[in-house]
Amino acid sequence: MPTIIEKIFRKHSEDRVEVGSTIWLDVDLRTARDFAGAQVVKNLLENYDGDYIDDPSKTFFTFDCNAPANTIGYANNQQICREFARKNGIKVFDVNRGIGSHVVIEEGLAYPGITAVGTDSHFNILGSIGAFGQGMGDVDIAFVFKTGKTWFEVPPTVKVNFIGMPDSRWTAKDLALLCVKELKGKVLGKAIEFYGEIVDKLSLAGRITLASMVTEMGGIIGFIPPNEEVIEFCKRRANKDMQPVYADKDANYEEEIDIDVSNLEPLIALPGNPANVKRVADLPSISVDSVFIGSCTNGREEDIEAAYNILKGKKIAENVMLKIVPATRQVWQYMLDKGIMKGLFDAGAIISHAACGGCASGQIGMTGRGEVQISTSNRNFKGKQGEGDTYLASPETAAASALAGYITEVEE
Amino acid sequence: MRIEGRVWVIEKDGKLIDDIDTDMIYHNKYLHITDKNEMAKYAFSNLEGWQDFPEKAKEGDIIIAGENFGCGSSRQHAVDCFIALGIKAIVAKSFGAIYKRNAINSGLAIVECKDIDKAGLKNGDVIEIDLERGDIKKDGKTIAKAKPMSPVQAAIYRAGGLFAYAKSI
Ligand code: SF4
Repeated sequence: MPTIIEKIFRKHSEDRVEVGSTIWLDVDLRTARDFAGAQVVKNLLENYDGDYIDDPSKTFFTFDCNAPANTIGYANNQQICREFARKNGIKVFDVNRGIGSHVVIEEGLAYPGITAVGTDSHFNILGSIGAFGQGMGDVDIAFVFKTGKTWFEVPPTVKVNFIGMPDSRWTAKDLALLCVKELKGKVLGKAIEFYGEIVDKLSLAGRITLASMVTEMGGIIGFIPPNEEVIEFCKRRANKDMQPVYADKDANYEEEIDIDVSNLEPLIALPGNPANVKRVADLPSISVDSVFIGSCTNGREEDIEAAYNILKGKKIAENVMLKIVPATRQVWQYMLDKGIMKGLFDAGAIISHAACGGCASGQIGMTGRGEVQISTSNRNFKGKQGEGDTYLASPETAAASALAGYITEVEE
Repeated sequence: MRIEGRVWVIEKDGKLIDDIDTDMIYHNKYLHITDKNEMAKYAFSNLEGWQDFPEKAKEGDIIIAGENFGCGSSRQHAVDCFIALGIKAIVAKSFGAIYKRNAINSGLAIVECKDIDKAGLKNGDVIEIDLERGDIKKDGKTIAKAKPMSPVQAAIYRAGGLFAYAKSI
């Protein structure tokens, strides 16, 4: 019986869908961001004369990497995309809107069961709502803009069962870090489905956190079967009925992997490798220079509110720089309405507007050589967030560390 | 569809090299180059023992490599440098997923063959590959079986790449 990815593909392809076969896939949602977007435009202009876009109502630009642009390169690329979009009737979610993979969920453009591609290696985040999303290069995305189709090799699916429930303090980020550690090397080029009580309890924000780090696990995409909350949210946003896709009980998994989560606790990835995961409690005292809370992994309302709850009424340690970047404009609005903005400001935070911000080399600045940063993003390869040493952890651990001035978990 | 060509066995100490990443194929210090013909000069220029590959390779040659060929970054240069050299196909035990997409999209034949290390090939041997059947032959005898190119990949390959394919549909 088919797994989730196989079921979604069957609804979007006329070809025979079986593991290992290459099929033509109809793509419901097609996006390019400011990174590689200009290349997509160049490919289209160089290879075709006119009639560049199969369906403008399904095609979007989302600017998020560098917003507003603080390099001339990005500014030029964004303008190339804007002008192309104007001429071809494509909507641009411009530099004021937020991280593309989140914006398409908020806008109701992505919902359970659809297929989507974009020039973002974390576009598989859409597994969080039970949709197929995939990041691709500029040649592939230009082809999708032009034809509405892409070719894809049907990957095998690994079923991950989380066993038990932790009784101590845990977050979705700790769960994601545990998965990177446990699954690295075992899911290369494969789809994942996540099951277990802990997954059922995850909010949409928590699901996004877990799904966003499947890229670091080496997987193609990780599906979290949507619950009522997710379906309700997506229905409201998309304003249409939808058919979430679930696997059959006896679906054909290549492998089942059990991960015991009953002892899950605050975890942290050491600089240079997201899979080098340790317990926060086991770290020696490491002083931090900067703290970044945001990114497509931890930039939702819930993430920033969790940090706020730890920081409110207090002051961060002297000499610590706390940078907060909500994932989208909607999250910004929430922070304003709830007074979170003021609380964070009073605690000493720098607050940037919505985008990727501190991840990659976005608009909120990078780390310098020797700088120790604790970040809620998903990658800490050398150079990704500057030349400093970046640790990856939850918003809670990041906020507690900002207060203490050294890496620490939240005190009970 | 058949390809015939002289092979280069990318090995070290008698063993096919695994995990040749995109920096070994085409180092990031040459990423600013946009002229494809110029890229030819730097193919394998960062792979120990193979730096002189661009001088040795001839139009129509075939590369033989180990597991996970082309892992690493998504740079198209790592495919284009071989196309510019006139390389007709890469036969490897397995490929990095993005490299495989990039190569197929550019019309470079990608042949996945788990047992290619057991075929006893030496530099300069001439082989014939039937892309759709997966047969790899030398002197008329089948020496290894590769994964047949899927109909989709074959269609893109026949058209000469993804953009050319789009014009045909
Ligand atoms: S936040 Fe970072 S990882 Fe996520 S989409 Fe933006 S640049 Fe990529």
